[in-house]
Amino acid sequence: MQDYTVYVPKLIPKWESFVPGHRACIGCGEVLAVRLAAKALGRNTIVANATGCMEIVASPFPHTSWSVPWIHTIFENTAAVASGIEAGLKVMMRKGRRPQKDIHVTAIAGDGGTSDIGLQALSGAFERRHNFTYLCFDNEAYMNTGIQRSSATPYGATTTTSPAGKVSIGQVTWKKNMPAIAVAHGIPYVATACPSYPFDLIAKIEKAAATIGPAYVHIFSVCPTGWRCATDLTIRIGRLAVTTGIFPLYEVEDGQYKMSIDFPKLRPITDYMKLQGRFGHLSSDIIDQIQLTVVKKYEELREKSVASIDAEDKS
Amino acid sequence: MANRVGVEVSIALAEAVGLANTDVIAAYPITPQTHIVEHLSELVADGELDAAFIPVESEHSAMSACLGSAAAGARTFTATAGQGLELMHEVLYIASSMQLPIVMAVANRALSSPLSVWSDHSDAMAVRDTGWIQIFVENGQEAVDNIICAFKMAEDHRILLPVMVHLDGFYLTHVIEPVMLPNRREVDNFLPPNDYPLPLWPENPVAMGDFAPPVIYFETKVAQEMNLRKAKGPIIETWEEFNKTFKRHYQPVELYKCENAKVLLFTMGSVSETAMTTIDKMREGGQEVGLVRLRLWRPFPYEEFRNAVKDVETLIVLDKAISFGGPGGPVCSELRSALYNESKKPKIVSIVAGLGGRDITTSDFEQIINRGIDIAQHGSDKEYEIYGVRE
Repeated sequence: MQDYTVYVPKLIPKWESFVPGHRACIGCGEVLAVRLAAKALGRNTIVANATGCMEIVASPFPHTSWSVPWIHTIFENTAAVASGIEAGLKVMMRKGRRPQKDIHVTAIAGDGGTSDIGLQALSGAFERRHNFTYLCFDNEAYMNTGIQRSSATPYGATTTTSPAGKVSIGQVTWKKNMPAIAVAHGIPYVATACPSYPFDLIAKIEKAAATIGPAYVHIFSVCPTGWRCATDLTIRIGRLAVTTGIFPLYEVEDGQYKMSIDFPKLRPITDYMKLQGRFGHLSSDIIDQIQLTVVKKYEELREKSVASIDAEDKS
Repeated sequence: MANRVGVEVSIALAEAVGLANTDVIAAYPITPQTHIVEHLSELVADGELDAAFIPVESEHSAMSACLGSAAAGARTFTATAGQGLELMHEVLYIASSMQLPIVMAVANRALSSPLSVWSDHSDAMAVRDTGWIQIFVENGQEAVDNIICAFKMAEDHRILLPVMVHLDGFYLTHVIEPVMLPNRREVDNFLPPNDYPLPLWPENPVAMGDFAPPVIYFETKVAQEMNLRKAKGPIIETWEEFNKTFKRHYQPVELYKCENAKVLLFTMGSVSETAMTTIDKMREGGQEVGLVRLRLWRPFPYEEFRNAVKDVETLIVLDKAISFGGPGGPVCSELRSALYNESKKPKIVSIVAGLGGRDITTSDFEQIINRGIDIAQHGSDKEYEIYGVRE
């Protein structure tokens, strides 16, 4: 890892398409991920943005943080808007009304806009095999409206609509496995990423953009405002999410799972949870239960991953 | 040369979309719109129309895909009806507010519940305030002509607004009529390629759909309102230009046998042709009645409407929708307010009839008109009259 620091200035393009001046909260992991993703996507990109934090912080009329074409319409339809852009450009290029060009049509949305209200539109766009990339920036709740729970909120987290109380531990459901839903559509590329691992994130976005057909990248985005953590811990918490096995980094290419970083021994989840106020109320019983589940799910993922490597070896 | 054919109206309408060399069609099937999109799918599948047909998973996504397509600069069409139009509802506002020139055919259908696939204007009235240009047609020829005109209006740089063409489900969509289908060259001459200003394209990046804080939101809405109102001029010009090429003339308000008429019936959509037959018969019987039909529903043609009814004593307005708990007929309520401040105005009678595909026949119209005359003379204790319901 140390070697990277030598090459950092060379590895990451200096060019920005998500420029300074946005209004994201201090310590926002999501905006950092958007910036890295924008660099990876490059200039020949059109962005369709769902309503949410990244839309609000980047686009108070008459300003914009985007220097590539960008469109926001409503909350739940971003994948459908991207479908229309992709289909429109394809036809106009075929008819000679636009020059032939490889344009990265990219839809971006939060976890609510993806795994809740936008899921139907996203499923449709995947199924129709549009040539586009969908980036879900997951900060594990509706942060833009004030930290309400979504289906991506982790078990036990307190939010404003899953508050911990005398008879409730907070969120009582387990995080929806959105990457698995994407995989189930049989699309060519699915990956998870986190801006705490910037090179991995950039490489995956580049791969997604180069994919012919739908690509999905689920990006873990630390939210100090909503997670009740210190704003200077964003990168560390992102790394702990990965090293504890809470948010494993992996790719699924044509259905083949591959761990991006594998840990034979995971860190205890308390390393991750104790830094965040949203888990502060949890009893050790509940934490133990979460620990067991995290390890179990991680092992399941590893097994799938190993199995696919085995399958490659055999072929 | 145009080709006069006997054809189902939905097929003719789809042919018109094809003649317009449409780039993208995003649609979800719903009765009675289905024959339109089925035929468009066929045209694309047979290579007769070089377009992308996006078989979306809902009407919400149909309109959303249309947003993206139109923003990219592609000529964009969709069609829907009833519940489908309602599912699009919030997206419709985006199309008009962001000035995206989408053309949509609406096969007017009643709204659930109870479920009804049959026709009325409940769906159209529910999207009255969405900022779209809205045109009602009475027969297959008008549907074809106005689809072609709709693209020209929508893409006109003086307008740049989405256009809905309303045609009654089944009454129009599923009937076979003689229709003059223009040829491709004539349509090409009339309708230039879509040249959307500032489309989504990397060499000239634009940001579309910023959010507006209170300091600017109101201005954007007033600008939108002014733009829709002033679109009336270019809309009329489009119809006049169409007339020059195709010899069929459309106007915002159209009159039928209104000379010396003291009583006028007011209709929208396919019932107008039935009403004409009644007017003929009643005129033969010596009653001086006429028919006024609204073609351009939005922007509302105040001047033309006031002018059409200025010398009339009684105006009987037919609505095929109910504004529940309110004024009854939504169209009549608008006409009343359009005339309220006029010094000379007719007595206005609001009639609601024909919901959920209940037929309104020529003899029904005769009864409606006579009842309207009676109410105008003797008054009524009701806000509006229901016609044709079993007690």
